[in-house]
Amino acid sequence: MSSTLPLFPPSASTVAGDVDALFFFILAVSAFFAVLVSVLILYFTFKFKGKHGEAGADIHGSLTLELIWTGIPFVLAMVMFVWGAQLFFTLAKPPADAMDVFVVGKQWMWKVQHPEGVREINELHVPIGRPVRLTLGSEDVIHDFYIPAFRVKMDVVPGRLTTMWFTATKTGEYHIFCSQYCGTKHSGMIGTVVAMQPEDYEAWLAGGRSTGSAVQNGERLFTELSCITCHKADSSGRGPTLAGVFGSTVQLNDGRKVLADENYLRESIMSPQAKVVQGFQPIMPTFQGLVSEENLLQLIAYVKTLKPAEPASAPVKK
Amino acid sequence: MKEADVQQEPSYLGAPYGLASWLLTKDHKRIAILYLISITIFFAIGGSFAAMIRAELVTPQGDFLTADLYNKVFTLHGVVMIFFFLIPSIPATLGNFFMPIMIGAKDLAFPRINLLSWYIYVVGATLTLAAVIMGGVDTGWTFYTPYSSISSTTNVTTAALGVFITGFSSILTGFNFIVTVHRMRAPGMTWFRMPLFVWANYATSLVMILGTPVIAITVLLIAAERALHLGVFDPRIGGDPVLFQHLFWFYSHPAVYIMILPGMGVISELVANVSRKQIFGYSFVAFSSLAIAIIGFLVWGHHMFVTGQSIYAGLVFSIITMLVAVPSAVKTFNWTATMYKGAVVWDSPLFWVLGFMGLFLIGGLTGLFLGAMGLDIHLHDTYFVVAHFHYIMVGGGVMAFLGGLHFYWPKMTGRMYSEPLAKVASMLVFFGFNLTFFPQFIVGYMGMPRRYHSYPAEFQVFNVLSTAGATVLGAGYLMILLYLVYSIVKGPKAPMNPWGATGLEWKIQSPPITHNFHETPVVTEEAYDYLHAPAPTREVTHHE
Repeated sequence: MSSTLPLFPPSASTVAGDVDALFFFILAVSAFFAVLVSVLILYFTFKFKGKHGEAGADIHGSLTLELIWTGIPFVLAMVMFVWGAQLFFTLAKPPADAMDVFVVGKQWMWKVQHPEGVREINELHVPIGRPVRLTLGSEDVIHDFYIPAFRVKMDVVPGRLTTMWFTATKTGEYHIFCSQYCGTKHSGMIGTVVAMQPEDYEAWLAGGRSTGSAVQNGERLFTELSCITCHKADSSGRGPTLAGVFGSTVQLNDGRKVLADENYLRESIMSPQAKVVQGFQPIMPTFQGLVSEENLLQLIAYVKTLKPAEPASAPVKK
Repeated sequence: MKEADVQQEPSYLGAPYGLASWLLTKDHKRIAILYLISITIFFAIGGSFAAMIRAELVTPQGDFLTADLYNKVFTLHGVVMIFFFLIPSIPATLGNFFMPIMIGAKDLAFPRINLLSWYIYVVGATLTLAAVIMGGVDTGWTFYTPYSSISSTTNVTTAALGVFITGFSSILTGFNFIVTVHRMRAPGMTWFRMPLFVWANYATSLVMILGTPVIAITVLLIAAERALHLGVFDPRIGGDPVLFQHLFWFYSHPAVYIMILPGMGVISELVANVSRKQIFGYSFVAFSSLAIAIIGFLVWGHHMFVTGQSIYAGLVFSIITMLVAVPSAVKTFNWTATMYKGAVVWDSPLFWVLGFMGLFLIGGLTGLFLGAMGLDIHLHDTYFVVAHFHYIMVGGGVMAFLGGLHFYWPKMTGRMYSEPLAKVASMLVFFGFNLTFFPQFIVGYMGMPRRYHSYPAEFQVFNVLSTAGATVLGAGYLMILLYLVYSIVKGPKAPMNPWGATGLEWKIQSPPITHNFHETPVVTEEAYDYLHAPAPTREVTHHE
């Protein structure tokens, strides 16, 4: 690092500047009020210094002043709320063209899997200038994936999948911290994001040892675990067909309708009885303990590629 | 105000004598002293855990404590300081002692229940100490599931039961206070003549009785899940780990107001006294306490912006969080305005007021950073949060507690301490506190997560500053303990009204008689009528 004392984290993502802008706005408002009140109190302390036995002026209050100093903080607080909420929405909605990377947290390491199948541990290589969407799962307790230089963080919660996204803007190496306390080596659950030029990233990917892409692995698991015996490409199986299911609205046999997102798919594998599709029997066994979080992410990646059966669309070759 | 007959009846301290008379007392003042001794012990225990944390963090490597021991130490620091010091601190000591006197009552409504609440506190606290002796607990004071319910192999159940039991002490105290304020006010003591300290304790009591049952149920569910594998929080058997966070923060966020509201009440008393002036905007200060207590129940989800909770739930929690900042701002402005055209006396209470205001301002304002959702994503679970809540709970809460303790010490013990030493101590605490916690805002924004046993080297300088500050802070606290204890032995006898303050508590002898008043007082004036307040009688009574 440099010889000067760093007082501020590096800004290396598209949102970092926006987060810092809100920070400086609230800092300015806070500093103004902190200085205002401190100066007034100290001024009054000196200006109105009195002796024992004296009494202050007979003042009881002022409705006008109360309204002013209720109103101004209220308005400022609402500005901060709206600004903060807007930023939160940006941070919560990944761009449609984001590349997917899977991250699994376990005590006490991060396992990363790129869509092409390259895996790494406690490191995350990403290209700059391209949105990256992380899908996060946990094998044990709650963790939290935090990249201070990108100003992003997300809890990694067992039993569900969460997502976060960023676009790196500057090449370099940045900290990854687990920021949700997770046991003995919580502070050792750290890693490095390596933000690279896109061509360097491609070269890095090509040099990595791939064990098949996530979709390929998912397809293999789909057969190995015999999912395919019930979930057929057409509607002839004992289970509903999964072609086109991702992103669709599913009618359940208890009358509810749910959106089939990643968490729905995850739940349907781990707790199949929780939501049974209309017209089907609750006969699917749970795969709890049979598939790891990484396998789950691969299965979901595969199911997401299953398009409604049409002769033309055969990327899956089923 | 010369009442020669006043000194003839023995004070509550001496009548009757003996240990049994203290342990079986029904006198709210003696129970307050029992609490004061207990919480001081726990403050010392919690403080020594803090010292171990700061010693570990001097270097980036985890070299002073093992990782497991460090995790246990910060857990116990939090558990002890929050459940066994901060929550009972002002209500159970100063509140217990002065709230009945301030409204002209001879005791709380239920003296036996008051004693029971102290015993429950002692049993709960002892059980948690037993968990420490058995090997400790490492979940963090937040007991997050599923780590606490399935993963941790430490004494979670024992510690949780300790917290569960202590909760009843809180509930009983709150219940006792509410009934007392409703039913025991002296003739003429209308709601709007009550000192603001009473209002603050009333608002706090509401939070205690409404919130505490939820934390009790929650920690009990953890114990049940550990013992019986219930599947409430463990996702592998159908539970939801985030449900725990909802239940936990439903109590634990309002609990922050249990810690700070009584402090605000103390500061209202002190500001009026040091300014020798009626409090500015009495009813706004009073109602802002209730507003904080009520709105404070609806903000718990701001601890969970990054758990994947619904964005729309997050929006609601964020806007209400911003709203709850407003009544705190209103109070601050009213305290400031109270000093305008006052006759500000530079006695030691002024120093605690100034210290409180400085620290509470920073603590309150930094809450805005965390309430803004998009910014909280970056700041959540970093040292910025640690610094923020220490500014509120220690900077605000403990400063107010110490201010109140100094202000009321002559009344409680009948002795005066050294004014110059108190002024030095207050400045030492103020300086030490800022040196400890201000660097944590910076290192927090740089990204240092909380609860880290080791950390990257670039964060070291801030941690060294923090540890240096903690040393000063510790010295300040120790100094206070020494001169206050010394004052009991050698301090000059305190007069009835050393600060020339208004209020019924200053019209009775120091220390008070067991039944507080010889005759039930009749109140004819509003609170803080400093136009007609007596001058301090300190100097005169030294010769008595």
